Amino acid sequence: MSETATPSQTKTGNRSSLAQELLVPVLAVVTGLIIGAIVIVASGANVFDAYGALFTGSFGSPIRLIEGLQVYFSTGETKELLRAIYPFTESLVTATPYIFAGLSVALGFRAGLFNIGAEGQFFIGALCSAFVGYSVKGLPMIIHLPLAILAGALGGALWGMIPGYLKAKFGAHEVVNTIMMNWIAFRLSDWLLNGPMKASGFRPVTPNVLPTAELPRFFDDPLRFNLGFFLALLVAYLVYWFLFKTTTGFEIRSVGANPDAAKYAGMSIVKNLVLVMALAGGLAGMAGSAQVLGVDHWVGQGFSAGYGFDAIALALLGKSHPFGVVLSALLFGFLRSGATNMQSRAGIPIDIISIIQGLVIVFIAAPAIIRWFYRIRSIKTEETVLTRGWGK
Amino acid sequence: MTNVLELRGITKRFPGVIANENVDVTLREGKILALLGENGAGKTTLMNILYGLYKPDEGHIAVRGKQVEIHGPNDAIAQGIGMVHQHFMLVPVMTVTENVMLGIEPTKNGIILDKEKVAQRIREISDQYGLEVDPHAYIKDLPVGIQQRVEIIKVLYRQADILILDEPTAVLTPQEVEGLFKIIDTLIKSGKSIIFITHKLKEVLAVADDITVLRLGKVVGSIDPKEATSQKLASMMVGRDVSLVVEKGKAKPGEPVLVVDGLAVRDERQNLTVRGVSFEVRKGEVLGVAGVQGNGQTELVYALTGLLPIEGGTIRLLNEPIRHTSPREILERGVAHIPEDRQRHGLILTFPIHDNMMLCTYYKNPFARGITLQEKPIFNNAEELVKQFDVRTPNIYVNAGTLSGGNQQKVIVAREFSRPIELLIASQPTRGLDVGSIEYIHKQIIKKRDEGSGVLVVSSELDEILALSDRIAVMYKGQIMDIVDANKTSKEQLGLLMAGVHPTDAKNTK
Ligand SMILES: Nc1ncnc2c1ncn2[C@@H]1O[C@H](COP(=O)(O)OP(=O)(O)OP(=O)(O)O)[C@@H](O)[C@H]1O
Ligand SMILES: [Mg+2]
Repeated sequence: MSETATPSQTKTGNRSSLAQELLVPVLAVVTGLIIGAIVIVASGANVFDAYGALFTGSFGSPIRLIEGLQVYFSTGETKELLRAIYPFTESLVTATPYIFAGLSVALGFRAGLFNIGAEGQFFIGALCSAFVGYSVKGLPMIIHLPLAILAGALGGALWGMIPGYLKAKFGAHEVVNTIMMNWIAFRLSDWLLNGPMKASGFRPVTPNVLPTAELPRFFDDPLRFNLGFFLALLVAYLVYWFLFKTTTGFEIRSVGANPDAAKYAGMSIVKNLVLVMALAGGLAGMAGSAQVLGVDHWVGQGFSAGYGFDAIALALLGKSHPFGVVLSALLFGFLRSGATNMQSRAGIPIDIISIIQGLVIVFIAAPAIIRWFYRIRSIKTEETVLTRGWGK
Repeated sequence: MTNVLELRGITKRFPGVIANENVDVTLREGKILALLGENGAGKTTLMNILYGLYKPDEGHIAVRGKQVEIHGPNDAIAQGIGMVHQHFMLVPVMTVTENVMLGIEPTKNGIILDKEKVAQRIREISDQYGLEVDPHAYIKDLPVGIQQRVEIIKVLYRQADILILDEPTAVLTPQEVEGLFKIIDTLIKSGKSIIFITHKLKEVLAVADDITVLRLGKVVGSIDPKEATSQKLASMMVGRDVSLVVEKGKAKPGEPVLVVDGLAVRDERQNLTVRGVSFEVRKGEVLGVAGVQGNGQTELVYALTGLLPIEGGTIRLLNEPIRHTSPREILERGVAHIPEDRQRHGLILTFPIHDNMMLCTYYKNPFARGITLQEKPIFNNAEELVKQFDVRTPNIYVNAGTLSGGNQQKVIVAREFSRPIELLIASQPTRGLDVGSIEYIHKQIIKKRDEGSGVLVVSSELDEILALSDRIAVMYKGQIMDIVDANKTSKEQLGLLMAGVHPTDAKNTK
């Protein structure tokens, strides 16, 4: 994988290569939307209504925004303005767990590992954060909130580390083991939600976390936009720094790119595999933390909406680069929250968005389709190797 | 006599380099054209253009007098052009038959793959040209020499009559080279024409009908093999006189750096391939390990460098035992290792050159401070080594994978020579290098010796072994047949030892 964002590349003035790098993903998204439009037409609906609703659902309506600003400047009343930016902030809220979970999978890819376990790690992280959030009492926020996040990260890390260890020690394939860990996490959470962690009442949910463990929100209800989003951006930068600027990051990328050469260079494959899976688990766990502490404040069954699985697609779309992951997480966030509006406004089933996302992913995974379609000559360089297959 | 192939005015630019500049090449029907040139001269690029893998920026190609457009390998194959790449392109977990049919896949009734038909055809081709390949063998079980024949079969199966062989002999043992030349001979007799790339001048003189030399992407000239000598070819390639023999003084051996006693090693498939090997390497001397490839040399080196565990016996490095010692520790004790398989162990092809230049010392001063990598020293180090070892590259930021084969090797050598060492272990150190680079690297190895390092050179090139070694150990079937004084031996004696025959025995039996 060419390291687009390393200064080494910018130093050579390789700006055209960055454009090259972005060309296929952008065309993939555009093509996905075009084919989505065809599907919408085929289903007898109006494309402009549908995509209009998608747009206002994800970014908000520009007219409303102007009206809101007018009201604000003339009366100082913020209610209209907040309503106008609501869709936009909701998209960011949706993007937040995507960023964390996408980073988790991307980090795995960098080490040549396929972390399918982000979903399970997400659950465990959410449960750990929730537990610390509601059960530890009497702490000030400055301690309680970090503690709750840390609990989520550690829980996820443990969940990721186990398959990492099994892979490193016994060669057990991480795909199988992370899937197994997912099932364990799902059943474990069922049990916890119906038993030890169940709040009083009928529903199998945890108690609400204490206000001292909540990620602060920037606006009043119903805007749920909170600190989690910026935390996600910070973590994305840290992952970038870790991967590209530190010795351990160098080891991880080496192990992923060529394990034989890594071993020759004296790097420990075992150490790095366990470390990466633990870190990946920690990141997915933090996705759960951000969701429970920032948005929901409690955990219930079916809490995740498949973030951990979407994260795989997302990491692919972002070419396993932390900044790419942020961009694709934003894309997913906007599509998802716009889709809800599209469904209620234009009556287009939300599944259309899944189709578009699916198409985008196919185009990314098989860039030859896009190159062929748009007649782009591939500058025949090394092909992106994300993971070394399923075999060995 | 007609020209089957004419390349006219071919130019190909990569970011920062002109790989081919206005190149004219002619291949006569039924002849062997040898393409010579330094590492990075543009030979592989030119052949990739011919095979449709790259699009030339300028120039055109004519096959049998007709100008053709080649947009991809399929077009090339349609024109009867076939290529055997420098680095093989076979799927190891598939059989010979499956590899040959990849991409064409003939079927019965349009659905079921007709493997038997392909296997039958492979047998025919194999018989016709004396290739001796079993269609049902798995690639991963075949030695390199046979894998190469599979590549040739692939090409012949597609009915090519113009064959491109890119450095086919670099990975072969002398016996396998003999075999290849026989095959080439039958191919020519049946009317095929061949472009043959190599760095081994003797081979060129032995087989070529025409010779064309490239330098820095341009054609320097063509020469009739009857008038050529190794010396003449070498200076044409490099642009200066090259000394083909290494000048070295007498070794002044000191105390032992490496003592190996009764060493046994199992390979990755758990076969015992090193069976009780004992020798020592002293400071200030070069011990050469000769032998036909596959007689345990690879595993011996892996055990010495910590890449394979030790099954039995002992290794002592600077008087300290090596046992369950990690590659990192061995490295830290002052061992440098030029690995046999450069793309597997030696380089990370998808990393830039500057990262490959510090692959073994990235965690040390000045490349790292604490846990952070220090870009400036990393870049400076790479710039310096690239200059010193004459690595032909537009800059140090391109990925190692874009370098020509020989320049990839130079990156490894430069890196391994760049730190203070007690023991140098060099496996096939000059495989794929041009004569100029071989001269340079041989000089560097001798310099390390004279500075007091112990040197262990493993090579299947007898010439290289003889040029560098002070003492020579010959391996056969996992054991050392004998260790001889380099000044008191001959190629014949070594040849016999490599075949597992003690010269004294041979005399006795006669
Ligand atoms: N895909 C590529 N991208 C950028 N530069 C390339 C690429 N392929 C080759 N080059 C450059 O083109 C030049 C010619 O390389 P080529 O592989 O043709 O050399 P060669 O004559 O085959 O050398 P060798 O004997 O070492 O195999 C080199 O400078 C190399 O770095
Ligand atoms: Mg080449």
